[in-house]
Amino acid sequence: MSEQLLTQTTVDKLRFTKTSMTVRNEQTQSFAKWIFCAMSLAMIVPLFLIITYLVYHAAPSLNWEFLTTLPKNGMREGGIWPAFLGTIYLVVISLAIAAPIGILAAIYLNEYAKDNWFNRIINLAVINLAGVPSIVHALFGLGAFVYAANFGYSILSASMTLSIMTLPVIIASTREALMSVPMSFREACWNTGATRWQTIRAVVLPNSISGILTGVILQVSRAAGETAPVMFTGAVFYKVIKGGDLFAYNLNEQCMALSMHLYTVTTQVPNVKESIPYATAVMLLGSVLIVNATAIALRSWLRNRKKW
Amino acid sequence: MNSEIVMNNETTGVGSGRIRAKRSLLSVSLEKLLELIIRLSGVSAILFVLAIFFFVFREAIPITISEHFSIKEFLTSIEWYPTSAVDIRYGTLALTVGSLSITFLSVLFALPLGIGAAIYISEFCGPKLKEALKITIELLAAIPSVVWGFIGLTVMSKVIVAVTGAPLGVNLLNGSIILALMSVPIIVSIGEDALKAVPDSFREAALAQGATKWQIVYRVLLPAAKNGLLAAVLLGVGRAVGETMAVLMATGHAVAIPTSLVDPIRTLTANIAAELGEAPAKSDHYRVLFLTGILLFIITFAINLIADFVIRGVKGKK
Repeated sequence: MSEQLLTQTTVDKLRFTKTSMTVRNEQTQSFAKWIFCAMSLAMIVPLFLIITYLVYHAAPSLNWEFLTTLPKNGMREGGIWPAFLGTIYLVVISLAIAAPIGILAAIYLNEYAKDNWFNRIINLAVINLAGVPSIVHALFGLGAFVYAANFGYSILSASMTLSIMTLPVIIASTREALMSVPMSFREACWNTGATRWQTIRAVVLPNSISGILTGVILQVSRAAGETAPVMFTGAVFYKVIKGGDLFAYNLNEQCMALSMHLYTVTTQVPNVKESIPYATAVMLLGSVLIVNATAIALRSWLRNRKKW
Repeated sequence: MNSEIVMNNETTGVGSGRIRAKRSLLSVSLEKLLELIIRLSGVSAILFVLAIFFFVFREAIPITISEHFSIKEFLTSIEWYPTSAVDIRYGTLALTVGSLSITFLSVLFALPLGIGAAIYISEFCGPKLKEALKITIELLAAIPSVVWGFIGLTVMSKVIVAVTGAPLGVNLLNGSIILALMSVPIIVSIGEDALKAVPDSFREAALAQGATKWQIVYRVLLPAAKNGLLAAVLLGVGRAVGETMAVLMATGHAVAIPTSLVDPIRTLTANIAAELGEAPAKSDHYRVLFLTGILLFIITFAINLIADFVIRGVKGKK
């Protein structure tokens, strides 16, 4: 039956009309969509409001002076320099310990390990290391580094505790970066007679180095925000150092830390100038989010550049 | 793809042409040494987990012979008077109940939000919005716990006093909401992975039958991804049980079994954080806190183990 033979009325009859079931389905469909959308928003919107609230209350104290001066008058006024510097120290040293071990462990798990029971236990250990509560890491740091290894309450003990705590972050993201290198790249290299390590060094690492870097950056943000593990291993309520001095701490002394400083000024010190805890929180949150955003930007840039 | 590799070899200076058939003994043994270091680093994860258990246990173990301590009282008594002059009691039941109730409530809040958001991101929204939401969620997951605690103490407590009329804003409800907000990003990202792991052929088969998206989610995806979603929830639970700073700041300090939503409570984690600084080193009190740490370690270990088995079950089926 050719189309020309159809009269206008038959066309109208043949046109699809929604049955009541289709209408009902469409209604449920759009209803479900909006419910799920609302659920996503319910998670995000309040937080934006809260952050706006924090920034609004922090505004009177948010300036360069706040960052570079010492706390004054029993931490009721002044800045956060010793805490900020202490956090940088803790993060850098924990990174120096965790990054090599974490990256090498990831190389082992991804490039060397066969799928046997032993390596499954290693995997399980990594997962559990990530799941151990931060306060248990603090107990471990206290028992192992402060007392057993006799480092005392120091930057060294705190950084080592932090590095073990953040190790799984580096392992997980490095593995992801290594996994994204196609197997055929390695096989091509093996075919030329290269050994496993030569292949890793010449093919796998150059192709995954930026992904590994992303993981390292994420470790930085995680380490900067942790409070409990440093609270009992090396961070101290208050310490006088010279404002603006970058090399004010020694490894065997205690330091202040931004995360712990926030806890202190919020819960332990009465009559603090109102904007100071807010400004401390905004500084901590801001630094962590900026570091994280850098990692995310780096990752998406890499994804776009990737040719395979 | 071959040119790609040659390029990479050139940039690193180890072109395949330059790898000689016979290498010097030094370079071979250096490589062996390096591989040994790599293997050791791989094994280090096991060592660290064992070390955590060993060192926490080592500090805790002398308490078991102390006259003030009995393991039965430790687990089943609600009386926690560690510093009492006359009648020292180390019962952690109230703390355990505190931990469990706050975990239960927070998962109750977080579960619908987390799974709902995971479904929305994975099935309903467009690619650009999806990318934006995923980045936002990743940033949410990065907020430090002490900042969450601060939010609970300053913002959420005011909201709770205003809404419920409770005398104190820092309580079980406050802590649960904060913990729920903290664990939602984990539930979303792992839940989304689980939904992504359902093969597209499932969706296509359902579409071919004329199913709507909602029917696909409800009849096909949820049953197919239920193990992954369960694992997401378990990991959310794990985070909630182990969270320290946020609950320390947001739940008030009362070692008691809560009878209402607005009762202040204390959890196992917060108790360690609050008292470890004051307990003299190597005292009974100090050792009991380490023993609490072991209790926590075992609880989270079990949760992670179960979550791992559940995820493995998913992968095995694929």
